[in-house]
Amino acid sequence: MSSSRKSTVKSRPRIGVFKFASCDGCQLSLLDAEDELLAVVGAVEIAYFPEASRIMLKGPYDIGLVEGSITTHHDAERIQEVRRKCKTLITIGACATAGGIQALRNWKDVEEFIRIVYANPAFITTLKLSTPIAEHVPVDFELRGCPINKYQLIELISATLIGRKPNIPNYSVCLECKRKANVCIAVAAGVACLGPVTQAGCGALCPSFTRGCYGCYGPMETPNTASLTSQFRILGQSDEQISRAFRGFNAWAWQFRKASEECKRP
Amino acid sequence: MSGRGGRTIKVDTLARVEGEGALYIKMAGDRVADVKLKIYEPPRMFEAFLRGRHFSEAPDITARICGICPIAYQMSAVHAIERALAIKIDPAVRLLRRLFYCGEWIESHALHVYMLHAPDFLGYQDVIEMAKDHRAAVEKALRLKKIGNRIVHLLGGREIHPISACVGGFYKVPSRKQVQELVSDLEWALEASLETVRWTSTLEFPPFEQEYEFVALQHPDEYPLNEGRLVSSHGLNIDAAEYEDRFVEVHVKHSNALHSVMRGKGSYFVGPLARFNLNFGRLPEIAQKAAIEAGLRPPVKNLFRSIVVRAVELVFACAEALRVIGEYEAPAAAHVDVANRAGVGQAITEAPRGILYHRYAVDENGLIVAAKIVPPTSQNQRRIEDDLREYAGHLAAWPIEEATWKCEQAVRCYDPCISCATHFLKVRIDRQ
Repeated sequence: MSSSRKSTVKSRPRIGVFKFASCDGCQLSLLDAEDELLAVVGAVEIAYFPEASRIMLKGPYDIGLVEGSITTHHDAERIQEVRRKCKTLITIGACATAGGIQALRNWKDVEEFIRIVYANPAFITTLKLSTPIAEHVPVDFELRGCPINKYQLIELISATLIGRKPNIPNYSVCLECKRKANVCIAVAAGVACLGPVTQAGCGALCPSFTRGCYGCYGPMETPNTASLTSQFRILGQSDEQISRAFRGFNAWAWQFRKASEECKRP
Repeated sequence: MSGRGGRTIKVDTLARVEGEGALYIKMAGDRVADVKLKIYEPPRMFEAFLRGRHFSEAPDITARICGICPIAYQMSAVHAIERALAIKIDPAVRLLRRLFYCGEWIESHALHVYMLHAPDFLGYQDVIEMAKDHRAAVEKALRLKKIGNRIVHLLGGREIHPISACVGGFYKVPSRKQVQELVSDLEWALEASLETVRWTSTLEFPPFEQEYEFVALQHPDEYPLNEGRLVSSHGLNIDAAEYEDRFVEVHVKHSNALHSVMRGKGSYFVGPLARFNLNFGRLPEIAQKAAIEAGLRPPVKNLFRSIVVRAVELVFACAEALRVIGEYEAPAAAHVDVANRAGVGQAITEAPRGILYHRYAVDENGLIVAAKIVPPTSQNQRRIEDDLREYAGHLAAWPIEEATWKCEQAVRCYDPCISCATHFLKVRIDRQ
């Protein structure tokens, strides 16, 4: 069905956008870049992006953007094929980089989950685990966030096209709070905040709205989760509450996974 | 192609819809032998992993069902839980939630009308191609979309998965001055929406009318967003608490599908066309006038005119946002304090693409013991297939590529959001 796009510029880098188990929000970030969209599509060739176009050109692609986690046998095979077709493979968002919220199944009996949702469980096939793309194929860059920051995405695409290192910080949300001169809600108001262990990128959004960070950008580089767990206990959080805090949208990222299990050990 | 033995219309990847699905129609001569709207999105099983989470997490978790309409999920979640906990909210918070929802409607409708659906009517593969010939229209779409997103950004912190809505209100509310800064943008957006109604009304609409049972919320004096009774064109009139008595999700035999159907009846129609037909008199005058000038009078039964109706709803959303901003004074508290208690609550709100039902049961510690979510696309899915079964027959004499594209266009009239609907897996219909 796909007729080929009449390309006037043959040399433009080709981009493919691929979706696995996800909410579509991270790829929507591209369409949400309202001011930059027409410039971006002028600089690259959108060769495969079903959410936006009927044109679906075959690979190879210079850049593959992958959204979503691997949860089925079919998708575990499909990601191998996608990897083969993409020169540079970039995973975008918490699902692709950490397994997403659907990784909460990883601590449960998935068969029971299916029985809860479906009347006829025998018709459903799914893997026991929801896993990030990097557990299946080599990934060139992981862009964190639930959802990703659209400016970080544009920075990453630009850097990749030029061949330079992208400017994506991996320090904690705390630095962003300091820079915005926010009063620390953990210290001043005793709010359980994951900011100290969570990677920056959102602009310290939740603390700026007087709520604790819920970790949607995933673990920062070398997070001290043990120390934060002790602090949460001082604030009166139960082991169950602490475990739930780490088991959010990046629950299966190993640092958060480990913290969520350790806080429940006697 | 009448006269031939049979042919197949097949779209392996449906484009310009949210999420991943496929379409399969088997024809025997002029007769449609088989229709399959296959949804191969993997299941994510939200209803299962919500169990054991605290109710305060439900708005953030269920937002992740859909990156296109997270506010719809947040709104249905907070209303259902507030009902379970018997919480009353501040009238200013109620107004603010309406404004928040208007932002999502503007963003989502502008995206769909111009960027996902208009290319079908004008014969372009996508908005990128369309922009070459219709640059001004695309720029208008992007600005409209951005204004919707600006509302969401102000109230919720970010466009996708905003962080401020909570059970009892918001974590933080804007000042009167901050919301008033939106006025000049919204005045432009209102004009642009009126132009959008005029522009879409000049498109060509295939003559395809069906008898639908339209289902939408109805409020005594407002066009519906967050609340109202659930009514239909065939006399249904119920409270959200009665929803599961009248509607059921069916796991079809020989298939992996969950279709929502009306008990004892079958398919029904939710979304802009249903809202418009059932609530025309509750639209602001400016939207009613624009609709009539564009040749729309309820009941509109031509599916393809839904693009014009969506544009009329853009007019409504901009006018309503301006009305709310005019009335808004920041509440004394951003949210009411909420204590743990056991209860069950249901709520329905109007997502851009139709009604979204949530039910939660929580225990005395505030933990969710059961959750049920019925997204708009699973409610329209059976209706989409019924339409295609009829419509594909009209196209029997058409060349296969054009017939395929027309069927895709018909599916896109529903603005299906397949990511939302993934708690049903693959759809296959076999009626032979």
